[in-house]
Amino acid sequence: MNIPENLLYSKEHEWLSREGEVVTIGVSDFAQKELGDVVFVELPEVGHSLSAQDAFGSLESVKAVSEAFTPVGGEVTEVNESLLDAPDKVNEDPYGEGWMIRLRLEDASQMDNLMSPEEYLKYTQEESSPDDA
Amino acid sequence: MTLKRTSLNATHQRLGGRMVDFAGWEMPVHYGSTLREHLAVRSTVGIFDVSHMGEIEIRGKDALSMAQKVTSNDVQSLQDGQAQYSAILYPEGTFVDDIVLYRFHSEHLLLCVNAANREKDFQWISQHQEGQVDILDRGDAYAQLALQGPQAEAVLQQLTEIDLSSLRSYWFTRGDVDGVDSLISRTGYTGEDGFELYLPPENAPAIWDSLLTVGRPQQITPAGLAARNTLRLEMAYSLYGHEIDQTTNPWQANLGWIVKLEKGDFIGKENLQRLREKGPDRRLVGFEMVDRGIARDHYPVWVDGKQISEVTSGSPSPSLKKHVGLTYLPVQYTAVDQPLEVEVRGRHLKAKVVPTPFYKKTFPRVDSPGHLG
Repeated sequence: MNIPENLLYSKEHEWLSREGEVVTIGVSDFAQKELGDVVFVELPEVGHSLSAQDAFGSLESVKAVSEAFTPVGGEVTEVNESLLDAPDKVNEDPYGEGWMIRLRLEDASQMDNLMSPEEYLKYTQEESSPDDA
Repeated sequence: MTLKRTSLNATHQRLGGRMVDFAGWEMPVHYGSTLREHLAVRSTVGIFDVSHMGEIEIRGKDALSMAQKVTSNDVQSLQDGQAQYSAILYPEGTFVDDIVLYRFHSEHLLLCVNAANREKDFQWISQHQEGQVDILDRGDAYAQLALQGPQAEAVLQQLTEIDLSSLRSYWFTRGDVDGVDSLISRTGYTGEDGFELYLPPENAPAIWDSLLTVGRPQQITPAGLAARNTLRLEMAYSLYGHEIDQTTNPWQANLGWIVKLEKGDFIGKENLQRLREKGPDRRLVGFEMVDRGIARDHYPVWVDGKQISEVTSGSPSPSLKKHVGLTYLPVQYTAVDQPLEVEVRGRHLKAKVVPTPFYKKTFPRVDSPGHLG
């Protein structure tokens, strides 16, 4: 499982990277493996305002639809439109070309609720018990 | 509830199968990539564990007349060694189940039934028992492997002395596969040529592994239930609990070809006759999405500003790279190109009726259920 050291993680399996006021959000390697082939991505409009815990888009596999949630609030400044034509980038490069949105962070204290890579690793190990469907 | 496991459970775990609950069975939904598994079946060969399917045997002097009574297709028209797609119907003419019936001979028939319906079917047939017959639930006696794709014959031929090139579509034979006495059937649920193998559960893991080994040059690919579903949907084959159930009848489901009204009495016949004279009020059609979006099972379907139906099965089509689905529509809306709207999580997206099967092979091939009868 690939869990980069330089990112923070949410319980819904999003990753976040922060540069000043701008936060980039995508889904983790664990999440893309759980989803299977991503064949369709929906993203919000630039300028859209999101609160922490809002669903900001959806990822669809052959079999199912999953919503993506933002753990922090802010205005969407950029979306990765290349995913609309190449949703498989979420599978191939979840932390790079598979990024989903950027937003301007409203309340930096919301970053405190996120998990470190070590905490997230432990979290995913608990989530993927053998009987998990 | 404890899920039932097939004898291949450890094999699936070893191969990275993602296990899910399907009709009370722990089954692999995929082994990493549904798209890759789907395309392998279309281009070369895939292997599925379908041991969850039920098997019911009807044996005895009156087995044939018993089967004629509880199934809609004509068992009399079959030769020994032939298989037939058919249905078990309620007196109303609606579906108890859809099945494949195998005729060993007139006193020995095997019905392959849906996993979710195994007990219901067994009780239904037992309730209507007539004459000298034994009705046996043999679901635990068989593992079932489906080997599907244009290279299926080349792979299987390496493990059997039976001349597979002479086994025609919807025929079966008994023979050794890798030294194990099996029922080899040229059937499937994918629209591709292929085989279904019925064999003792304890032998299934070794035969599965042998098939993976001899099929390596053909890039044989283990395939899960998600690929099985997209393959059958591209062919517009019905799935019990989706397109067909106790509320739908064969005329509506485009399955009139498995109803033989002239064969004599059977359960459901009277109502089906009456329904046919009336003509169906609604009919199953295929549609494809025009707007960007994926229709999923149970999403509402709208025509002329009214919700008139819901999606029975909806999914991306990996072969066509389109998003397709099936739905029942009032007959006046069933013409090709009829505009529809599918409500996708609150948004109305454009779709249109298209001909089925969605997927058509571009070269001649061995036949499949949708083309029989």
